[in-house]
Amino acid sequence: MKLSRRSFFKTVGKSAGYIALVASLPQIAWAKWNEKAFTAKTLDAAIKAKFGDLSIVDSGDVKLSAPAIAENGAMVQISVSSKLPDVKSISLFVKDNPAPLVTSMNLGPSALAQIKTRIRMGKTSEVTAIVEAGGKLHRASQQVKVTIGGCGG
Amino acid sequence: MNMSRREFSRLMAMAGAAGIMPSYAHSNQSLDKMYDLPSWGDVRLLHMTDCHAQLNPIYFREPNVNLGFYGSKGKAPHLVGKALLKEFEIKDKSLTAHALTYLDFENAAQLYGKVGGFAHLKTLVDKLRNNYGPSKTLLLDGGDTWQGSGTSYWTRGKDMVEACNILGVDIMTGHWEFTYQDSEVLENVELFKGEFLAQNIRVSDDALFDDAPAYDEDTGHAFKPYTIKILNGHRIAVIGQAFPYTPIANPKRFVPDWSFGIRDGEMQELVNEIRETEKPAAVVVLSHNGMDVDLKMASVVSGIDAILGGHTHDGVPKAIEVKNEQGMTLVTNAGSNGKFLGVLDFKFASGKIAGYQYKLLPIFSNMLKADPKMQKYIDAVRKPFLEKLQEPLGIAGSLLYRRGNFNGTFDQVICDALREVKGAQVSLSPGFRWGTSVLAGDTITMENVLDQTCITYPETYAREMKGSEIKLILEDVADNLFNKDPYYQQGGDMVRVGGLDYALNPKGQAGKRVTDMALDDGTKIVANKSYKASRLGHSWK
Repeated sequence: MKLSRRSFFKTVGKSAGYIALVASLPQIAWAKWNEKAFTAKTLDAAIKAKFGDLSIVDSGDVKLSAPAIAENGAMVQISVSSKLPDVKSISLFVKDNPAPLVTSMNLGPSALAQIKTRIRMGKTSEVTAIVEAGGKLHRASQQVKVTIGGCGG
Repeated sequence: MNMSRREFSRLMAMAGAAGIMPSYAHSNQSLDKMYDLPSWGDVRLLHMTDCHAQLNPIYFREPNVNLGFYGSKGKAPHLVGKALLKEFEIKDKSLTAHALTYLDFENAAQLYGKVGGFAHLKTLVDKLRNNYGPSKTLLLDGGDTWQGSGTSYWTRGKDMVEACNILGVDIMTGHWEFTYQDSEVLENVELFKGEFLAQNIRVSDDALFDDAPAYDEDTGHAFKPYTIKILNGHRIAVIGQAFPYTPIANPKRFVPDWSFGIRDGEMQELVNEIRETEKPAAVVVLSHNGMDVDLKMASVVSGIDAILGGHTHDGVPKAIEVKNEQGMTLVTNAGSNGKFLGVLDFKFASGKIAGYQYKLLPIFSNMLKADPKMQKYIDAVRKPFLEKLQEPLGIAGSLLYRRGNFNGTFDQVICDALREVKGAQVSLSPGFRWGTSVLAGDTITMENVLDQTCITYPETYAREMKGSEIKLILEDVADNLFNKDPYYQQGGDMVRVGGLDYALNPKGQAGKRVTDMALDDGTKIVANKSYKASRLGHSWK
């Protein structure tokens, strides 16, 4: 039987097993909240608070997928993936948000380095993804425009 | 003016002989032959786009201002008037010059008459298909077909769906189609006898959870992304690319479940997959990106043979060859309002394209007989609305038109009306590139007005706006038009204004292009002061 994606999630969602799954997530998922990084006001300060002095390289191995123009600034869909070995975490920064660090996801050793999330953006800004792998930081950036729209065409 | 083709040709000859129209007369000899294209190559793709629901012949004046900077400067589609004629080696005062430019528009329009019309288009399409071999041709429609007229508004686009069925459209994509409610879009797609394609529209994850319909719920494609047609034994892949910024340029509320975007990465993956699994002789994209976006996409994505484009309403007489990593992609744009039909012929050798010919044919209604079946349909579909459409509202004191980066005379009438009726100091109206033209001295009918204003969100608003808010709107639209990177351009022109003067530096930084804002009486507009402003369409918050 071919189970469609949505019926799969529906079945899972309804089952008690889902609750058990959430409860048994490993401790690592509840890593300590890095308040300094999440409240830093500038991109550089947020990166430093998050990663200390690890060196950063712009990398083609980080695939950042974001819209050029957001359909809704309050809900911008971003995906990041990487084929780099040994990915420890994936973090997203919005340079011109009041607090640039939006999210940081820690990955377990067998996890695929592939995330999709939605972020909120107050205005047009550069969006940066940083993948932490092999003791180094790998970066990809793109501008996402937030516009009032309505020009028609 | 209604004239038969024979009468028209006779008058043209007389005018030429009498020396009344000396500068135009030379084109008379080629009039009848213009539509006799020789059969060349193995397959023929016919391309129409952005007709904006104009079922009957109309006048349409091309722009006199279409600025392009950086890599676009001095190149198509940013060429108008004499610069365009020079680039494409078109003789001034010729029929083609009249079709492609604003030059001497009123005189030439009086002489050559109206353009477009589905009954005339049908005659041309049938002629080109039958002469070439119907099984070797495809008719592609780039969209903006279901919107732009009173009848399309009242029938929710259905008048156009049936007109396209009679015309024999094989494949289409869309933009303004998505300003009807999503359920209506799907209903119309069902009624459409061809295929509706879009690789770049995805059903959102949330909507998929709530059982929203999708073409493929695993990939999230809302519509079929591509199709394979076998023409003359050759497999032709056609990919649909809808307008990427529909929910930004138009209200999102009509299509809440669908997410758009250029998605050039996904386009590349799809092209690779089609090349590998379908082994096509040609890969063609039917695009509503707009020409600047198409030109960039052609340089970024490899493996597409041709992008047949629309949206920006550029009548470009040649296919532009764009180099990319693995070869070359042709980019065309076929104008608007039913004024043109693009004809792309391909020749194949050992399963690959060995050559092409492209021609952009203007549709002069006086030179093509109206197809009786189509005309009968058009008359029938308009009949219940005819009285409303023909209501006379005034006489045009001067030529009324729309196209141009900053203003048009018809837009000015709209902006003046918005100020007067709403008692506003300032008025704003979207920079639409559709909307037909009315010649000086002609009666302005309700139909002419609906041609400019018929949208599914036609409300007008008036409220106090701060100077800073007005500036924000101007800056935002200016960046959509003049951003250095075509991927950040949405097409359309600068928002039209009434009661307001401003200076604009197109090459300025985003947010800093607009200066010297002042009311009509010269009073400077101040950021913190409030002004009564009225606007049409989008409710900018």
